[in-house]
Amino acid sequence: MKFNTLLRHLRAGFRNIIRNGWMTVASIGAVTTTLILVAAFLALMLNLNEMAKNIEDDVQINTLIELTATDEDVKTLGDEINAIDGIEKVTFSSKDDELKKLIDSMGDEGEAWQLMEQDNPLNHVFIVEAENPQDTEQIAKQIETLNHVEKVVYGQGVIDQLFKFNNYARVIGLILIFALVFTAIFLISNTIKITIIARSEEIGIMKLVGATNWFIRWPFLIEGLLLGVFGSILPVAVILAGYNYLESSIMNSISFSFVEILPFHPFAWQLSALVLSIGALIGVWGSVMSIRKFLKV
Amino acid sequence: MIVMKDVYKTYPNGVTAINGISVNIDQGEFVYIVGPSGAGKSTFIKLMYREEKPTKGTIIVNNKNLSELKEKEIPYLRRDIGVVFQDFKLLPKLTVYENVAFALEVIEEPPRNIRKRVMEVLDIVGLKNKARSAPSELSGGEQQRAAIARAIVNRPKILIADEPTGNLDPETSMVIMDTLETINSSGTTILMATHSKSIVNAMKKRVIAIENGIIARDEQRGEYGYEV
Repeated sequence: MKFNTLLRHLRAGFRNIIRNGWMTVASIGAVTTTLILVAAFLALMLNLNEMAKNIEDDVQINTLIELTATDEDVKTLGDEINAIDGIEKVTFSSKDDELKKLIDSMGDEGEAWQLMEQDNPLNHVFIVEAENPQDTEQIAKQIETLNHVEKVVYGQGVIDQLFKFNNYARVIGLILIFALVFTAIFLISNTIKITIIARSEEIGIMKLVGATNWFIRWPFLIEGLLLGVFGSILPVAVILAGYNYLESSIMNSISFSFVEILPFHPFAWQLSALVLSIGALIGVWGSVMSIRKFLKV
Repeated sequence: MIVMKDVYKTYPNGVTAINGISVNIDQGEFVYIVGPSGAGKSTFIKLMYREEKPTKGTIIVNNKNLSELKEKEIPYLRRDIGVVFQDFKLLPKLTVYENVAFALEVIEEPPRNIRKRVMEVLDIVGLKNKARSAPSELSGGEQQRAAIARAIVNRPKILIADEPTGNLDPETSMVIMDTLETINSSGTTILMATHSKSIVNAMKKRVIAIENGIIARDEQRGEYGYEV
């Protein structure tokens, strides 16, 4: 396309947007509402996924071995655990190792525990990691049935709950997003339909004097694109400002190790780019629907 | 230039407008298409610039076989054909100059060529001093001349006029006919559908009479031949 032609189409696109007044406002409003919700759901889902993954990575099955077990028993138990399907790694941690870990994790207060070194009350432990974290519970139950196992400790239930919550959020979010995207596309295609009808005389003459079909279509595509892009400005601002605020307030108030949200750089920027692209796509799509239906070129 | 061979046109509603027409029109001819209302004149004309597609038969315009023409090739066919209507079809919000320039802009003519060419054709139709007027400020005859300027600004080989004097009084009509004669004398083929007995009889050009979708008469230096 020649540069002059491009300028002409851009001018025509902008002119249409201004002439359509309230329909333009309604379309942009619909895109804006949709994209703010899309952004909120995406931010929530991606962060929940990240948290779930963090927790999963931490999930181990600590198999506490009975204090009465002999070295031979321990070795047999190790072999039996290794034989279970879906296990990635089994590490043996003696009760001395366990005490050292405990003392380390306590920091300064841990020094008091050093007294225990003479008479260590802890168990030997097999630390088991599952290949697939979702199998953790089922593997833990198998280990529980083996001989010389005193107790099995793992993040019972927590992961399950998180996965469940995440799945619900995803389904509800997707349904809502689809409904909103559909509404926005519908509004945009209606706005463009009005432009096409208002300019039908001009379009007729363009066809008569030999304008190509694409020459006739471009201004409407640009109008749709602009509606989508204008509709994404506010959502992008909300993402950047909101996520910045969220990140700093979470960092200050919550100190659980697993509540760690994705960092502003690059996440907020990536999300903004994604939202802008979705906006542009909604705009172009709405425009294409109208062009197909009402522009007989 | 224009060749039609055994052309039929039946509209989707079952009406047959053209019922077997064969005709040859050479480059530079001036041809009147006459006939009663509803005889098929408009359809005959619309077939030429591929506004309508024939149901059967071959139409060749400027060496292009219109039956085989792809959708995206139609714009290029139309760049070789100027069309003028009874109701002018000027864009009311644009000036005369802009209306004519519009036809060049939408086929992506370089801007530096546009101004010169538009003033040239406005001179041919005698509207140079009305370039900045809105169509509503012009008389009917002037509006039609502006429409003719727009139709020929692209130097088409064929100019099709569908009752161009239908809305004009006899005197104004003669001015339009002079303009068309001038354009014809520069080598442009002109096809004009009309109901004006006085114009046809005065000009002594080729006359094709269409009745019930067939060619009833085709005479060089013909007459209108219907009672008005």
